[in-house]
Amino acid sequence: MLIKRPEAIKPSEITDQATYLERRRFIRDSGLLGVGVAATLAGLPWAKNSWAEAPDRRPFPELRKSPFSIDEKLTEYEDATSYNNFYEFGTGKSDPKENAQSFVPRPWSVVVDGACEKPGSYDLEDFLRPHPLEERIYRLRCVEAWSMVIPWVGFSLGDALKRFQPTSRAKYVAFYTLHDPERMPGQKRQVLKWPYREGLRMDEAMHPLAMLAVGMYGAELPNQNGAPLRLVVPWKYGFKSIKSIVRISFTEEQPVCTWNQVQPNEYGFYSNVNPNVDHLRWSQKKERRIGNWLKQETLMFNGYAEQVASLYSGMDLKQYF
Amino acid sequence: MTRAQIITRLLKPALFVLLLVPLALLTGRGITDNLGANPVETITYQTGLWALRLLLLTLAITPLCKVTGINEFVRLRRMTGLYSFFYALLHFATYAVLDHSLDLAAILADVVKRPYVTVGFSAFVLLIPLAATSHNRIIRLLGGKRWKRLHRLVYLCGLGGVLHYLWLVKADTLSPLLYLALFLGLMLFRIPPRTRAKLGDLLRRLVPIQRAQRLLKEER
Repeated sequence: MLIKRPEAIKPSEITDQATYLERRRFIRDSGLLGVGVAATLAGLPWAKNSWAEAPDRRPFPELRKSPFSIDEKLTEYEDATSYNNFYEFGTGKSDPKENAQSFVPRPWSVVVDGACEKPGSYDLEDFLRPHPLEERIYRLRCVEAWSMVIPWVGFSLGDALKRFQPTSRAKYVAFYTLHDPERMPGQKRQVLKWPYREGLRMDEAMHPLAMLAVGMYGAELPNQNGAPLRLVVPWKYGFKSIKSIVRISFTEEQPVCTWNQVQPNEYGFYSNVNPNVDHLRWSQKKERRIGNWLKQETLMFNGYAEQVASLYSGMDLKQYF
Repeated sequence: MTRAQIITRLLKPALFVLLLVPLALLTGRGITDNLGANPVETITYQTGLWALRLLLLTLAITPLCKVTGINEFVRLRRMTGLYSFFYALLHFATYAVLDHSLDLAAILADVVKRPYVTVGFSAFVLLIPLAATSHNRIIRLLGGKRWKRLHRLVYLCGLGGVLHYLWLVKADTLSPLLYLALFLGLMLFRIPPRTRAKLGDLLRRLVPIQRAQRLLKEER
């Protein structure tokens, strides 16, 4: 879908040594590969997949390295793809993986509308074509006080938005997830008001750290992680990073956001990671990095303060949480 | 064997083993590295859920006696109650050690600040005197009447438990609401018979089922 499978391996398609070595490192780090393979062969239920085993996911052969990447231990692929919130496939954390297996994220198109010069419905391939893909290792901080480190594959959101030439009336960008209860069974219950919606202020959206992702761990996004196209805004709580996007809309007014709509006093429009502003029901001072037993301190803007704090200068972040 | 013997010699030991199963399963998942991506959350959730389930089971025993007419079931009540406390203790220990690294100030701040922690913690604290007085000699020492009055606290524990669950979920309240309904259902049994009869009369007047039935009969 995204990258044509070559007939024969061209030199340009061969994984460069750095990537290769890095993959080796992941495999070694996971440590359980040998045991995992043996256990899989023996049919044991606790067999763990190594990160590199994304059987039905096509790998991206060439990825630019991003200067935005952080140098922290990656969350295991198995954990990152089996524990997350994606209410479209169920409200439990293991539901998305369980219920998203038969989801087919194609054909896929993205509607761009609102205050821009080039609105339209774009086939996903056309939507993605102009953008070279790169790998960015970001922290991900969930509003539920757990976190991960994930190598995303994608490009800066702003680069895509510019192509549609937003007008001066475009103050915000709204995003919509696919609404199709037949394909997303979680939508058969009105747990949230479907479709899931999220939004950013224009300057947030144009910040180079904000990205559109089509893959993770060097391969296409698994369904449960928001295939085929999702947002990743690393300095905001995870729920802002909307999954399986079908519509992008430039608006003059602040768009309605799903969780903000559910509980406005708990989930603000901005929802920047902020250890000093607690969720109404739990503390945000600490987080549990998945893979660790004890909690660690949460960083302001999830550790991206240097890059993004200026977006909010003069704003009372306790009021605009 | 008498009915009492069947219950104390067969059912009770069987239940003793059965109620260890959730812990055994959890331990098994721990040993095989199968607690999911967030093992602490799994442990906290499972121990809490079983504490609540067993508390409701404890509250169901008296109604069970009344409905079946087999009063000997009451001999299982202390054990289920103590098991509920046992799982609540594991639940609290997980929270205190793995969430707060035993930082007492942080735990207290959490208890004071957050309603769902306040009610959960209160329910746990109230279970302590109940567990501590679940012994024949202590009952004799206290006297049955006082013991009974003290153990009415269990209703507050139940309420605290279900509210704790209800207030911590983000959006999908289906499961905690089912537990709340179950708790309220069990509490209905505690309403004194006379009050219940009055309530029943009132309901019947509001919902004239009997009259409707009579009319149906007459038609036939």
